[in-house]
Amino acid sequence: MPKLTIEDLKRISEQAKATMTLRSGTARAKVTVHMGTCGISAGAREVMAALLKEIETGGVTDVLVGTSGCAGLCSREPMATVEIRGQPPVKYVDLSPEKMGQVFRKHVMGGTILMEYALAAGSETTG
Amino acid sequence: MAYRTHVLICGGTGCVSSGSFELRGVFTAELQKQGLAKEVQVIITGCQGFCAEGPIMIVQPDGVFYCGVQKKDIPNLVTEHLLKGRPVKKLMYTPPVEKVPIPALKDIPFFAKQRLVVLRNRGLIDPERIDDYIAVGGYTALVKALTEMTPEDIISEIKRSGLRGRGGGGFPAGIKWETCRRAAQKRGVAPVVVCNADEGDPGAFMDRSIIECDPHSVVEGMIIGASAIGCSEGFVYIRHEYPIARERLLKALEQARDYGLLGNDILGTGLNFDIEIVQGAGAFVCGESTALMASLEGKIGEPRAKYIHTVEYGYKNQPTNLNNVETWANVPLIVNRGAGWFSSMGTGDVAENPWGGSSGTKVFSLVGKVNNTGLIEVPMGISLREIIFDIGGGIPGGREFKAVQTGGPSGGCLPSSLLDMPVDFDSLTEAGSMMGSGGMIVMDDHTCMVDVARYFINFLTEESCGKCIPCREGLRHSLRILNNISDGNGRPEDVDLLQEMGEVMQDSCLCALGTSAPNPVLSTLRYFKGEYEAHIKDHRCPGGVCKALVEYSIDQQLCDGCHACVPACSTQAITGKVKEKHTLDKTKCIKCGACIEVCKREAVLRV
Repeated sequence: MPKLTIEDLKRISEQAKATMTLRSGTARAKVTVHMGTCGISAGAREVMAALLKEIETGGVTDVLVGTSGCAGLCSREPMATVEIRGQPPVKYVDLSPEKMGQVFRKHVMGGTILMEYALAAGSETTG
Repeated sequence: MAYRTHVLICGGTGCVSSGSFELRGVFTAELQKQGLAKEVQVIITGCQGFCAEGPIMIVQPDGVFYCGVQKKDIPNLVTEHLLKGRPVKKLMYTPPVEKVPIPALKDIPFFAKQRLVVLRNRGLIDPERIDDYIAVGGYTALVKALTEMTPEDIISEIKRSGLRGRGGGGFPAGIKWETCRRAAQKRGVAPVVVCNADEGDPGAFMDRSIIECDPHSVVEGMIIGASAIGCSEGFVYIRHEYPIARERLLKALEQARDYGLLGNDILGTGLNFDIEIVQGAGAFVCGESTALMASLEGKIGEPRAKYIHTVEYGYKNQPTNLNNVETWANVPLIVNRGAGWFSSMGTGDVAENPWGGSSGTKVFSLVGKVNNTGLIEVPMGISLREIIFDIGGGIPGGREFKAVQTGGPSGGCLPSSLLDMPVDFDSLTEAGSMMGSGGMIVMDDHTCMVDVARYFINFLTEESCGKCIPCREGLRHSLRILNNISDGNGRPEDVDLLQEMGEVMQDSCLCALGTSAPNPVLSTLRYFKGEYEAHIKDHRCPGGVCKALVEYSIDQQLCDGCHACVPACSTQAITGKVKEKHTLDKTKCIKCGACIEVCKREAVLRV
């Protein structure tokens, strides 16, 4: 990889935004599994595996899967955030592989928030 | 002067990265052009919590909410809404057809009172992808620092921001940087920057989480620091117990190197700088600056006397600037958004003097007897009550709050009478505790304060390096006395002796581990002396923890014979038939407390 110039940095920023956010990309939804030490020790890896399996068996192509760090509420890990284009992100807590499967089928594919496992919708206050 | 309308543009990190600062400029210019500059004021606000649809804008008093506003929308928006009074429908937020039936994250108390600066990207970006970090505005502060600012400008910005070291001491970072730069210039020796990621306090995991969720923020902060101080060499000293954090950091360094953000001629600006990761073996004392540097050099991790500071003679006798993970992670935002923005958060006035207050936010790991345990970031000056009862959701099981331990083993225990105290560097120190790196352990009325002091002194006794006598012997004998008190063999004069030994240690230990080591004892003596006296004079443990001083029995009125305690008891001390009153044989009881955990009627007595 050749060295970046300041202009390259701007270009990468624009390109990465397209794949990261649903606003400008082609994906319809994004699921982020929170994988800090707290999440992993509570079973986030298994939750992630279940999610990937759902996507594989369903042949789903328009859903982004991402990992991220601790979401803050360590006592409710494993956590995942489901974001459907045009809707505020929804955080799910106390997940298991089975619950992740249900969330994927009902919310990501079906469009209905699974109230039993959901904590809240929206983003955190930054800056 | 009064304005008829205010335009609030969101200045949260999410909206800033989608261009809200540029919008302000365009907006102001357009108002000027259309002759509305005296009637309409443009204000940048804190995050409005709807980052997914940014940049966000609210027009008051109309209460109209716009989202996804672009520069090209502004002339029309100003003409239509602000001049003619017709809100622009196509930019207004349309809620999804099906109304979301669940609460908003920012209305949940755990999240509502937090303000994310260091943790701005938590849960949002993939920490293993540098492009994700760049997409949310990462490395723009580095560009600004390298192209628009001189090293002196950067140092002055950090100084005026009032950023104080997040590792515990609270030393103003700007002053440290300046001293290190000057020492290097005076001696003509290359300086070094080091990131302290040797987080060793029991119950503390802030630095680990910062690295795990956003490693590049630390790397970017270090590169900016290196350019200000004039370094080409940097280290991260991370403990061996943090494999995930280390792995993510390694990956981050590799990616930054690939992009030329580390190495020679960074971004074509001529800056040469690289970072190496060094693993610590997990000795608590290696979080102390001189011990850390000894360990970096491959020597035994022992501190030295600090009549000469490490900013002058540190790692291999080079001027060395050591800051912890959280301090470094603050740097990019201060450079990008300015000292004024940073010091608008927190307490006191730091404009002239960085010691004048505590600005910015602090990350805490909130653990112990509290409903919501987790990683939180709050503005400095928030009260302990807000942290424990609003964010933490109070004490589980409806129990009573007894104390909160801040600052780890070197900190102290604060009682309920101090719950309304603001959390900042100086208030905590004055109350006999300290900010420390930010562990916060909440304790309920089933906690024994003598036992808490004993736990921490035991930890420190094991971790003391043994180089200086006050620390080595002071801790050992403090522990012996605390063990005696806990075993019911305390003597009336022990309280004064503990106090005296603590004060001697504060005055005479070699390093900060030793001088702060008596804090757990001194603060519990200060606020919970009654508990020490109950142990010594009445042979009673009010928290019901010290085994030698408590006995278990079953309340014959409350027991309903549910039988849950019988299988829970590993020594068969409890007997009784289902639906009949149970009894406990004190000669068999080992006081493990398993029966208390399972009894739903609180029929097991521990006095």
